[in-house]
Amino acid sequence: MAIATEQDILDGLAEIIDEIVGIDKSEVTPEKNFIEDLDIDSLSMVEIAVAAQDQFGVEIPDDELRNLKTVKDVINFVQNLQQQG
Amino acid sequence: MSKSPTTVVVTGLGATTPLGGDVPSTWSALLAGESGVRNLDWEGVEELPVRFAAQLAVDPAESIPRAQLRRLDRSQAIALIAAREAWQHAGFAPPVKRAKSGKAAEAEPGDGFVVDGDRLGVVVSSGIGGLHTALNSYDVYKEKGWTRVSPFTVPMLMPNGASGHVGIEFGATAGSHALVSACASSGEAVGYAIDMIRAGRADVVICGGTESCIHPLQMASFGSMRAMSTRNDEPQRASRPYDKNRDGFVLGEGAAVMILESEEHARARGATVHAVAAGCGYSNDAYDIVLPDPSGSGQAKAMLRALDDAGLRPEDIVHVNAHATSTPAGDVAELASIRAALGPVAEKLTVTATKSMTGHLLGGAGALESVITILSLREGIVPPTANLEDMDDEVDLDIVCGEPRTIPAGPAAALNNSFGFGGHNVSVAFRRAV
Repeated sequence: MAIATEQDILDGLAEIIDEIVGIDKSEVTPEKNFIEDLDIDSLSMVEIAVAAQDQFGVEIPDDELRNLKTVKDVINFVQNLQQQG
Repeated sequence: MSKSPTTVVVTGLGATTPLGGDVPSTWSALLAGESGVRNLDWEGVEELPVRFAAQLAVDPAESIPRAQLRRLDRSQAIALIAAREAWQHAGFAPPVKRAKSGKAAEAEPGDGFVVDGDRLGVVVSSGIGGLHTALNSYDVYKEKGWTRVSPFTVPMLMPNGASGHVGIEFGATAGSHALVSACASSGEAVGYAIDMIRAGRADVVICGGTESCIHPLQMASFGSMRAMSTRNDEPQRASRPYDKNRDGFVLGEGAAVMILESEEHARARGATVHAVAAGCGYSNDAYDIVLPDPSGSGQAKAMLRALDDAGLRPEDIVHVNAHATSTPAGDVAELASIRAALGPVAEKLTVTATKSMTGHLLGGAGALESVITILSLREGIVPPTANLEDMDDEVDLDIVCGEPRTIPAGPAAALNNSFGFGGHNVSVAFRRAV
């Protein structure tokens, strides 16, 4: 799989978040914290993580998921894994 | 000095049914004698013994945003729609969303009365709960493995989920309950709501019931029980209580919600009172898990206890919305129970069976029929029993059929009966607001 750019991952993530919790894509920017800024709860984060795994072809273990606080954290995590893979 | 007993009034009504997406459309269809029953268009439906049901007249997706709908079972979504209608009808301010992050709410409250959450309760029942969710999630599990099973599966399938969601939406912190008693579930919900207010645990209670289980498994289960009408070539004429040719009930889906309030609270805020929720009576047949006690004594006890609880005499009752599902034995047995409970008064009152048009909403039936009973009292008009063309010889009470019937003006009361598998009998008494 080609390595996605930061913008690709952001766009993909924004689409997933819109689908799962109904937050407008324009609201999803790198610095946003999922809980504090986007008001996304832990169960919804599980759904988002599962969808992101499918979309970006990476695995996000539960203990890693807990550390992904912001949109940028997810972008970095996905990029790192894709570069390793 | 002892406190005088609290009078409980109905100040808001909501419903989403096979006849319409709200109370006004449902009511006008009922008065017109329309049927909400349709053929099912499922793949493989021809293998089922029954191929029709009373599905919702509206798509919940029209009023609930996609992301919210994803985590609601259909039974929960329609309960929320009915609750919103009832809430608005009662003249309450739109709820203010509480942020999960603990931040201050951003939504602006609109016009309307603001209810103290600690004085607001919820009792929304379901007989079955999230059947669609349970079965669809199991399909996902089998096809894609456990990681693809939604983390919202449990809250979507639990039968108290609708009560939980309604409580969250309106900030009801006095208590949230979901009584489960099959087809009597939402009759019990109304009774419990009355008790909550009388006991002083809440000033306002959002109460009702919901059901959405028109699913091949449910059609197969009831089909296997031989409980449903098999009039597949005439679905709209299939639900026909009291007709000689009735052959079983028709499965329906829908939700109905009422706002109950202490009279003191309602009067203080200048609310419109649609009826008095006068009392409720319960009994248990303790006879068989699905069959009603053929003597009807349990049903009669429920009606007598409702009168007693409401402080009413048999002669106050002018109308009964019967449980009458259109099964060969049940409908006529209920008439005998009404006669046993009310004595000579039974001859004078009108009886109707609105499941002839809505289908049987199971756990939602008691609430929808309570709404219909309230409207009958308020408007002074009773909807007909549809499809009653050839009255059963054993029917010996005045069944409204053909056209709607007016009922006398002035002080009057009515009973709404709900009976359920398990032996549950519930009768709710409503009094006209004067």
